[in-house]
Amino acid sequence: MIREYLPVLLQIIVAVGFAAAVLIVSVIVGKSGRRTRVKDTAYECGMVPQGEAQPRFGVKFYLVAMLFILFDLEIVFMYPWAVVYKETIGHSTLILWSMLSFISILMVGYVYALKKGALDWKK
Amino acid sequence: MDYFLITTSLLKILGILFVIILPMVSYTIYAERRVSAFIQDRVGPNRVGPAGLFQPVADIAKLLFKEDFSPRNANTFYYWLAPCLALIPAIVTFAVVPFGSTLFGVPMVIADINVGILFVFAIASLGVYGIVLGGWASNSKYPFLGGVRSSSQMISYELSLGLAVIPIFLVVGQLRLTDVVRYQIDHGWMIAPFLGDWTNPAKWLLAIPMLVSFVVFSVAIFAETNRLPFDLPEAEQELAGGYNTEYSSMKFGLFFLGEYAAMITGSAIVVTLFFGAWHLPIPSWHGGFHWALIDGSGDGWRGILGGLFNIATFFAKVAVLLFVFIWVRWTLPRFRYDQLMRLGWVFFFEIALVNIFITAIILAYYPA
Repeated sequence: MIREYLPVLLQIIVAVGFAAAVLIVSVIVGKSGRRTRVKDTAYECGMVPQGEAQPRFGVKFYLVAMLFILFDLEIVFMYPWAVVYKETIGHSTLILWSMLSFISILMVGYVYALKKGALDWKK
Repeated sequence: MDYFLITTSLLKILGILFVIILPMVSYTIYAERRVSAFIQDRVGPNRVGPAGLFQPVADIAKLLFKEDFSPRNANTFYYWLAPCLALIPAIVTFAVVPFGSTLFGVPMVIADINVGILFVFAIASLGVYGIVLGGWASNSKYPFLGGVRSSSQMISYELSLGLAVIPIFLVVGQLRLTDVVRYQIDHGWMIAPFLGDWTNPAKWLLAIPMLVSFVVFSVAIFAETNRLPFDLPEAEQELAGGYNTEYSSMKFGLFFLGEYAAMITGSAIVVTLFFGAWHLPIPSWHGGFHWALIDGSGDGWRGILGGLFNIATFFAKVAVLLFVFIWVRWTLPRFRYDQLMRLGWVFFFEIALVNIFITAIILAYYPA
């Protein structure tokens, strides 16, 4: 069981090593220039930066993140259901109707979020 | 310790990374520039080597020798971490993709684990951290806006990505990707019912939800990899490049590499799930019509040639999909942000959900 994951570990080590090596080589062979005050400023198309560097942003982004967590959990529930579906459906169709009722309860929440305008970016 | 496993795995990993993914990334960038040029009636890079074929080499050398600059305002640790985080998930995801049958009796998949597709989603979704951290650590407006937009877009389309593949696993009954490929060899590709046992009417019926799945999944891959028409996080015209604006030299190069590696991995997943991975059926009339299978199980050079042929088939399919990526870029205009969110949350989410139940009902009442 754990043996199957050994190549994954190797793959992660190789990927991390490759990324680190590229950065290190770039630091070593890259040309180093003088630091100036202007060079250190944030890029705003050549203008002097105005205001905060990290301005406030819409609360909509936060809402999307919350909704994502809710619906992503629902999707995770569907994977084990999908795997056993074909074996079970031969005996009874209960597995189909139970998932349908589960989703329809979730759809109530989805329709509520939709009607409340949580996903409406025009407002 | 299992030295055989470690040695073969390392050979496969290094081979995939340095012989296939990195050259493929370089030449996808070259192809992107050339194809874009031809679509726009320009010439494109044609100076370095014959037809500009050495352009990627020149680009890599240029990026390596550029000044490695990190602005003083930036949060140094995360500023350096972000490009690595953008690249690593794209490479690690490839570990579970079956890119060939067998070669010298060794299965051509780096890690054949039983959670298959869940591993793909778990690792691939880490890619968003690279972009968000890059945008945040730069401490500058455009990267920040790009990072925020990108995280929001990527998690929105992850829903349709996750839902779109469930019909496949309803039909196959296993999450392991090699089992998906095995099923497609026995019963024909998911969206091509005429391959495999094509006389089975239930399979033709199932091909309809599979086609819907394929469309939803590939559009979601476009959104996940920030490609046009979903490239708002980068939107050159308004954000000057988005999350990577403040990056230079090879740190920028790693973002670029990560983006194209994610495209290649995404195409590889699409090929595995819908196009039979390394399988290419050959029509045969010996003893009645049937589809012949070429794989690496033959003895001697036949097995080796078969195995190499399978690998070539797989990456040829990936290359075709990469061409579609480039083609779409110059065909469709960019979405507006509210349209993009609406498309993901309302249209694709609902279609993918309904699609699952259509598949489930077909399986319940017309068993194959």
